[in-house]
Amino acid sequence: MREFDREKILRVLEVAAEMEGDPRRPLLEGYVLGIMFLEPSTRTRLSFASAMMRLGGQVLDFGASEQSSFKKGESFADAVRMVAGYCDVIAIRHPWEGAARLAAEISGLPVINGGDGANQHPTQTFLDLYTIKKTHGRIEGLNVGFLGDLRYSRTVHSLAEALSHFGCRQFFISPDLLKAPRHLLDELKDHGVEFEEFGELSDVLPSLDVLYCTRIQEERFADRLEYEQVKSFYRVDRALLERCGVKDSLRIMHPLPRVDELAEDVDDTPYAVYFQQARNGVPVRQALLAMVLGKA
Amino acid sequence: MQVTAIRDGTVIDHIDSEATFKVADILQVQQEQNMVLVGMNLASGGLGKKGIIKIENRKLTPDEVNKIALIAPQATLNIISDFEVVEKTQVELPERIERIVKCFNPRCVTNQHPLMTKFEVVRSSPPALRCLYCERVMSGDEIILK
Repeated sequence: MREFDREKILRVLEVAAEMEGDPRRPLLEGYVLGIMFLEPSTRTRLSFASAMMRLGGQVLDFGASEQSSFKKGESFADAVRMVAGYCDVIAIRHPWEGAARLAAEISGLPVINGGDGANQHPTQTFLDLYTIKKTHGRIEGLNVGFLGDLRYSRTVHSLAEALSHFGCRQFFISPDLLKAPRHLLDELKDHGVEFEEFGELSDVLPSLDVLYCTRIQEERFADRLEYEQVKSFYRVDRALLERCGVKDSLRIMHPLPRVDELAEDVDDTPYAVYFQQARNGVPVRQALLAMVLGKA
Repeated sequence: MQVTAIRDGTVIDHIDSEATFKVADILQVQQEQNMVLVGMNLASGGLGKKGIIKIENRKLTPDEVNKIALIAPQATLNIISDFEVVEKTQVELPERIERIVKCFNPRCVTNQHPLMTKFEVVRSSPPALRCLYCERVMSGDEIILK
């Protein structure tokens, strides 16, 4: 996301809106997207494939690492060189942080980062921003709360950094063990972002315009009992929303998949936008594919 | 002058006294065949106490200068010719550093795959570097010289 300033971000969102208005246009006919996803993914991988195909392009899926040449001991660099020979643009997900940048250097092709370790998930950030803009009519000046696992969630880190361009007040609500990392908060401070940290969601929920939920994973806790106690404090359900008196304009987001941190009884409320958020991934990825290939 | 003058070579002055021997390590002075003079805890108006290293008949490489800039950002370099200072510069970090620093993030691709490290200097003093691959920012003890 660091490569994108406010103007570039808004341009991507503008093109995404154009794509959503007319999703099936043969802008990328004759082009091939290579998908190299070396970590499990369903949504992001299929979203990229759908985006490319709806624009008239084709998709080559490198496949899960256990089925690919990695099993034969091929290096990452060699695998990238191989894939680059067959396509015009690459979408990559890899556990190594910085792998997407390395792939771009080696391949000489446009490379879109589909997630690199705990670092970034920029296409998720763009669809998150797009969702906020669509549901609020703007991004500027909103109060945005991040809930749950703020320490390990790359979607939180990416979105928090991106929102620093828009003058949003940011609120980080988590158990102590999963607080937002110091390097993120230092970065926000350097950008003049107003932010606060909370342990209790109910303390801040009434003032939020956006609540971005993340799942708290059991494996982050050494003690299962502690995990069970903690996760209940960070669960969002209809009763909590009614008890806290939230804004009518509150919109609740989640990068999905969810487990039980976001109750199904929230789904039918006007606050829930997480399914729309997931669908927004296609026009956003269409926009990025078209832009990196010089077609938008 | 408490430390003997050299005829030709390089003098690194105004080293933070505690960093003197780290600078000496960077320059691998123990393998040097020419005269080397190392002074530590010398009185200095600006630093209070300073270190100084004089190496006869040697010019520093850009990598050596950049490494010194990382651990002794106040240091000055004096090029000596025939006992005269012919050039004097303050060490300065460039905007980008390559090769000489290891990324402190074990999950960074540079620690998993053989490639040259690259960092953006986000702050000169005290130094802070951003890895251009994993984007993590490191400072202080996190900056590990290769």
